[in-house]
Amino acid sequence: MGIISSGFRGRRAENPALPPGQHETPDFPVLTAGPAPSIPIDSWEFFITTEGGQRYSWSWDDFMALPQEEISQNIHCVTSWSKMGTRWRGVLLDTFFEMVEPTSDFAMAHSFGGYTTNIPLWDLLGGKAWVVWEFDGQPLARAHGGPARLLVPHLYFWKSAKWIHGLELTGEDIPGFWESNGYHLHGNPWREERYS
Amino acid sequence: MSSVWQVAEVVGGTHETDTARTIRLRVEGLRGHLAGQHIDIRLTADDGYTAIRSYSVASAGLDGHLEITVDELPDGEVSPYLVRNLSVGDQLEIRGPVGGWFVWRPSRVNPVQLIGGGSGVVPLMSMIRAHQASRNVSPFRLLYSLKSPETLLYRDELRRLDRESAKLSVDYVFTRSTPEGWPSVPARLTSDTLLATIFPIREIPDVFVCGQTVFVEAVADWLVNAGYPAESIRTERFGGTGGIQ
Repeated sequence: MGIISSGFRGRRAENPALPPGQHETPDFPVLTAGPAPSIPIDSWEFFITTEGGQRYSWSWDDFMALPQEEISQNIHCVTSWSKMGTRWRGVLLDTFFEMVEPTSDFAMAHSFGGYTTNIPLWDLLGGKAWVVWEFDGQPLARAHGGPARLLVPHLYFWKSAKWIHGLELTGEDIPGFWESNGYHLHGNPWREERYS
Repeated sequence: MSSVWQVAEVVGGTHETDTARTIRLRVEGLRGHLAGQHIDIRLTADDGYTAIRSYSVASAGLDGHLEITVDELPDGEVSPYLVRNLSVGDQLEIRGPVGGWFVWRPSRVNPVQLIGGGSGVVPLMSMIRAHQASRNVSPFRLLYSLKSPETLLYRDELRRLDRESAKLSVDYVFTRSTPEGWPSVPARLTSDTLLATIFPIREIPDVFVCGQTVFVEAVADWLVNAGYPAESIRTERFGGTGGIQ
């Protein structure tokens, strides 16, 4: 638009891994809409429900028994910070879906505590998304979504639902929590899909 | 609509403290906003380099103007420029206001408990101003935790409203140093002080908490442990160099 702030130089950390409008932070800021819920491991489960009404679920022990992956990914928050090379451990969503017959194109992620976020199934499958329980070699802190959170690093980080409980497969793309509060339905950081 | 960049003109700048400045912006076609929302600001250097940050709106804003209060981060990229260099008459680009969750709507009838740590008081001030400007008579309380009297934002306005408005009362917690003659020594906010100061659960308050992550985490946990329903507590956090400032 041609508005120049004279005297403004900025940091100009030229990093091609940074999506437009993002800056790198060494910290790990926490952004949540309400208090962090407390979920004991022994009552934890992860579920997937299909449109046909089938329900699949995994206890914490089931979850731990699945093949685990080491993950190193850049994450991008819609509030404009990015954190590069974050290290996680968890289970690829494709692994859970090996026993599920998805008949729908969309998913609503549900968290303990009531948070929801909508994600197309094609953004969850194909080696792009995980349920993670370790960050930087430590069990995931409650403030960051522990005991387990979704990790969908190629979308803005609000899609990586903390305190993940399960996925509800749906026939249409229904707005989740932030998507009903002014944020973009999809959230691709490379296209700056920030707000609706 | 809100995702489009717009030109804003700086029409005023007032230092609140040594490091914090309130910047008044005129935005063409602004049709008001919800109390508690934020805007994104984009600065462009003369070679085209840009930087974007989010700032909470401080003003109730129904008149084509917006105010933000920016607290300078010692090693910040954008905030030192906004606090030290930006002049009246300058233009910059904004996007928003956005956000539909950490907002107060004048149609709410519940009492409102605001809990702010440091510059986390900024979006809460927007709610206080919107409430003052409205016919809504639900009582508001602000619990404001801050380091020292020198870092107090909106000093005169809060003092005046606390004294004159039947709709607002303000409590301060000074964590490092207090004003002269203050009845208590500086101390971090504790669960006991919090619960003794805020609206009790039976009054069914809407609670808004804003501040740095550790502050918000602690306060939200104390509230939930004391029995405040999680769904009555709305939080906004900022930490480190990122997030909403």
